[in-house]
Amino acid sequence: MNHKRPTQPGPSTLSVHAGESRQKHANSITDPIFAASTYTFADSQSVIDYIEQKLPREEYGRYGNPGERVVEAKLASLDHGEEAILFSSGMAAISVLMMAKLNSGDEVVFFDECYHRSREFCNQHLSRFGVVTRQVPTGDYDALAAAINDKTRLLVSESPTNPHMSVVDLGQFVEVARTHGVETLIDATLATPFNLQPLDHGVDYVLHSATKYLAGHNDLLAGVIVGSTEKLEAVRYLRGIMGPICGAQNIYLLQRGLKTFALRMQRHNDNGMAVATFLEGHDRIETVYYPGLASHRDHTIAAETMSGFGGLVTFTVKDADWRQTADVVDGAGLARIAPSLGGVESLIEQPLVVSYYECTPEERIEYGIPDNMIRLACGIEDIEDLIADLNQALSK
Amino acid sequence: MRFRTRCIHVGNQRDQATGAVVPPVHLASTYVQPAAGEWGEFDYSRSGNPTRRNLETTLASLESGVGALAFSSGMAAVHCATMLCGQGDEIVAGSDIYGGTYRLLHKICTRSGIDTALVRTTDLAALESALSDRTRLVWIETPGNPLLSITDIKACAELAHQHGALLAVDNTFATPALTRPLELGADIVMHSATKYLGGHSDALGGALVANSQELLDELYFIQNATGATLASWDAFLISRGIKTLELRVQAQSETARQLAERLDADDRVSRVLYPGLTGHPGYELAASQMQGGSGAMVSFEVTGGFDSAKSLVETTALFQLAVSLGAVESLIEQPASMSHASYDAEDRRRFGISDGLVRLSVGLEDLDDLWQDLDRALSPETTRET
Repeated sequence: MNHKRPTQPGPSTLSVHAGESRQKHANSITDPIFAASTYTFADSQSVIDYIEQKLPREEYGRYGNPGERVVEAKLASLDHGEEAILFSSGMAAISVLMMAKLNSGDEVVFFDECYHRSREFCNQHLSRFGVVTRQVPTGDYDALAAAINDKTRLLVSESPTNPHMSVVDLGQFVEVARTHGVETLIDATLATPFNLQPLDHGVDYVLHSATKYLAGHNDLLAGVIVGSTEKLEAVRYLRGIMGPICGAQNIYLLQRGLKTFALRMQRHNDNGMAVATFLEGHDRIETVYYPGLASHRDHTIAAETMSGFGGLVTFTVKDADWRQTADVVDGAGLARIAPSLGGVESLIEQPLVVSYYECTPEERIEYGIPDNMIRLACGIEDIEDLIADLNQALSK
Repeated sequence: MRFRTRCIHVGNQRDQATGAVVPPVHLASTYVQPAAGEWGEFDYSRSGNPTRRNLETTLASLESGVGALAFSSGMAAVHCATMLCGQGDEIVAGSDIYGGTYRLLHKICTRSGIDTALVRTTDLAALESALSDRTRLVWIETPGNPLLSITDIKACAELAHQHGALLAVDNTFATPALTRPLELGADIVMHSATKYLGGHSDALGGALVANSQELLDELYFIQNATGATLASWDAFLISRGIKTLELRVQAQSETARQLAERLDADDRVSRVLYPGLTGHPGYELAASQMQGGSGAMVSFEVTGGFDSAKSLVETTALFQLAVSLGAVESLIEQPASMSHASYDAEDRRRFGISDGLVRLSVGLEDLDDLWQDLDRALSPETTRET
């Protein structure tokens, strides 16, 4: 019998083995957790050799950890990148990258559906250091090009965006950037490297809140940036100074979560698609935002560039005010009410209540957050249970 | 709730105090009591711990039992079950069982005056003739280790009960994702939770699940008195692993079935033991007793005996040479020199654990990557990497 010989290991093989040494400490099958805060040198000459010859070893926990190197290599491999840098959270990752890359007077342009805390960091904090932030409508590549000037250094978008699930045409996005000699950052937290490879499209930096699908169990916070070693050198250096590192226990839990990454993503994709299809056919539902549906504005580009569409499904309830919408959320028995997404447990939330409660109605209209919108982050439960739960919540 | 949903939610209710979606890990060894002589829900962690209790709640649900007990290792769980017996009692055990269980029964239980008789439990007549008034416990493993024999749980339960004995099933290989022995009449289910339940090669643990409160209470008394309880950090890791249990077991079983078919069609392999192959003597029983797959363990024999098997297990790259099983990483081993070295050589011969036998634990890697590795290692020109 002749079976196909793979040239590249498959995604599940990479999830289990990429970045790991075949023979580990003490011949252990798993990597140990290095809890040490500091690393000893045999003698003074060893310290001098380390400094002068840049020997690849650890020095102090804020600069690196042996377990972290393994996870970073695994994440870089999954994202087809040269290097990955781990952080204590997704926000730590993007803020260190911005601090490392932007100087006073520089400008950054965002697509306006990016995570509001990322935009807030630039608008309200980097602005204090003289960095100018501009926003253009998501998916408007002419407006994107028009917002660029000779001070622009970075274009930023999420893809898919949260909660509208807009998908960026990375080809166009990168072309605009390259025409103007500007770098690009894509927050691909919702897509994950299982469904989308932004670096293959020419994007310079990929950002993930590793708290979500990468770790996958709603039990740790972490962030990661993937890109070329050369471009990330300043980012790693600044992380070492500012110190938002991922703790040793969390590094291990992230590595462990990644072992089932491909398996979990298949299920998140299946559940997301099934739930979106169910909701689209339900007479209490007005609109479903899911790029796997033909009805989604960005379905064509999503189908061309993504191999799956993830577990996040956003929808609006027909003729419902905010309270009637909240009743649907409160009626869910399986999905629990909480922010975040990407874990094995399904989570449900009403953006108005959870993320935009303090905004004025006018601001919510500006952000595209209607009162009757619900965001469901599908976990990996049995699809029959998820749909039965939604069905009963919508029947109340 | 269906099985996978229960894997994620039962025993993992939101924390009432904080709303945390994942219950906190309780490392406390002791608990403050309301008053002298008045006891709260937890008093001392050997007697009970919230994190361990959560795992036990999950396991009881998945195995359809009234309750579960978590132990520091699978062998600690087996030992607790054997302590249901006393001097003069007899345990009748299957011949295709883990070498460590064999060692416990033959070298430790005997010191307490508990005798063990081994029988091929695939032969129900042989089992019946081995049972006597002295038999207190029947111990079976299905699929068996390492020969992947399939034992009829329902029939064994009936025979054991006719003789006033309890039936305990080591369900480590099948997992509750595929087989739930208590639903078939067994009294006790045992797990090495180190394997598929934990699933990531990073926590040792064991479990017993009982079908009645009376039996659970008796087992709890022994556990609390002897003290081999599961540490809370490991209970957390095993609970976390169980959330993907069904996904892992189904995916690994499907890969195992396809590898077994490829090995079966391969001239370099003399015999493949996998219950999902139509030629396996337990094929039909496995099809009815196991749902959703035939498990992810595959044994096979290579021509050339001990040396060929030794060379093969030392040559694969993706299949790593180690005992244990059930995790995301694929493992390979030679039972005669590794997992079943505790058997007397005579018993290995008698029960068919040949020197040329190789045992695979199929992990989560992609099928084509695993096949490429086996195919390369089976080629005569391939030698061990140095």
